[in-house]
Amino acid sequence: MKYRSVFDIIGPIMIGPSSSHTAGAARIGRVARRIFGRKPDRATITLYGSFAKTYKGHGTDIAIVGGLLDLDTFDEGIVRSLEMAKEQGIQVTIQASEEDVDHPNTAKIELSGDQHHLEIVGTSIGGGSIEIISINGFNLRLSGHHPALLVLHEDKYGMIAQVANVLSKFKLNIGHMEVARKSKGSEALMVIETDQPIGEQVLAEIGEIPSILTVTKVEL
Amino acid sequence: MFKTVSELVERAERENKKIAEIMIEQEIQMSGKSKEQIMDNMAKAYRVMEKAVQRGTTEDIQSHSGLTGGDARKLQRYIQQGHVLSGTHVLEAVSKAMATNEVNAAMGTICATPTAGAAGIVPGCLFAVAEKLQPSFEERLHFLFTAGAIGYVIANNAFIAGATGGCQAETGSATAMAAAAIVEMAGGTPTQSAHALAIALQNLLGLVCDPVAGLVEVPCVKRNAIGAAIAMVAADMALAGIKFIIPADEVIEAMYRIGKTMPHTLKETALGGLAATPTGKALESRIFGTELVKA
Repeated sequence: MKYRSVFDIIGPIMIGPSSSHTAGAARIGRVARRIFGRKPDRATITLYGSFAKTYKGHGTDIAIVGGLLDLDTFDEGIVRSLEMAKEQGIQVTIQASEEDVDHPNTAKIELSGDQHHLEIVGTSIGGGSIEIISINGFNLRLSGHHPALLVLHEDKYGMIAQVANVLSKFKLNIGHMEVARKSKGSEALMVIETDQPIGEQVLAEIGEIPSILTVTKVEL
Repeated sequence: MFKTVSELVERAERENKKIAEIMIEQEIQMSGKSKEQIMDNMAKAYRVMEKAVQRGTTEDIQSHSGLTGGDARKLQRYIQQGHVLSGTHVLEAVSKAMATNEVNAAMGTICATPTAGAAGIVPGCLFAVAEKLQPSFEERLHFLFTAGAIGYVIANNAFIAGATGGCQAETGSATAMAAAAIVEMAGGTPTQSAHALAIALQNLLGLVCDPVAGLVEVPCVKRNAIGAAIAMVAADMALAGIKFIIPADEVIEAMYRIGKTMPHTLKETALGGLAATPTGKALESRIFGTELVKA
């Protein structure tokens, strides 16, 4: 079931004109910001498919930048997000690509700053719902609807069990989980969506497990 | 958990509940939130819809492209002259649907129902029917839960975005959602809601998504208008006891199959239909300075 809540249908409350081209775009931007975890110095946004063709009229670029500023879909600040980004010293580049993509509404967002780099690809699947389909080259599926943990770790045995132990200790139930890796024995990424909010202590304990590289929380 | 209209209707009839109540129960179960929180969330959505209708019917709304705005007010003035042919409440629904969509096109605040492009139909019908029936605030929220339940089934079994299923997936879904909710607010049975849904959706099967210049403005605002009218009439038909021979779930499945086989030129790419007419292309050049990149 792609749509789980009645508020996926009656909602989101948003700035017009398009739930997929404006609200969904803002959400992709906001997930990127939350994963990046800080204000980026530079943002390069590449639009594909229908996003690439109609972004000017739908304000898709403005919406994604609004999301990068951590604005919600209904924040009226979205309308002037490009100026706000400039005021905050974020250098934004928007480009449209003619490259073929699987989903008509696809955006790639590259963020950098403070010696960090993030590349995420998101799709806007309709009605404001989104899926993040790639993070730093790891293919995955993340909806942004539920609290999620992103755990980057070395690809070796026992990692899932150790992370699951911590979740179990804090009584967090896993709603959806995926493990992706680029090749055997290299780095791997665990994406865990939970039914309950994830506390800071959970992140700290998972971070202490040997062979865990980074732990990030995504909550919108 | 319900996945189909038939499961939803069966449960509502068996437990002697409204579709809205089944949706609320499921939301409590899925989200872990209290009933109060869920009602509060819906009340927020309701207020946004109310404000958009208010703005669109009283303010001078114009979109940035200049393609849309002002038609909802025009219809309001026409209704007030008192020479309405198709029925005051139908035209109130039409005017309020356009009001919401004009506000949407002008980058105003709206609530997607189920999408922004089709955001006028459900509130348009809600506020028009509420003028007639004078329901309580809770019943107004129930209207939105009933509409949401139908949209939930359609979204999970077919689609709700023009880019994936054509405009039948957007205004078609919204019209079906509104028709079922009108029936329930007017005191009809869950089975009658399902018939209204089927009658409404079958009339929009095959509807292409061909936005001029790729914008959610033309033909969208007027499709919201007529969608609201179809929802009102479909609801009246179902309340009169008229049935549709193909079950609602099969109509939804038909919508899905049609959308799947629809060429991409008719799915929000601005390459076909009205977008490809000489006037459509001229407007595109005027707004963007050039034709959009064709891929």
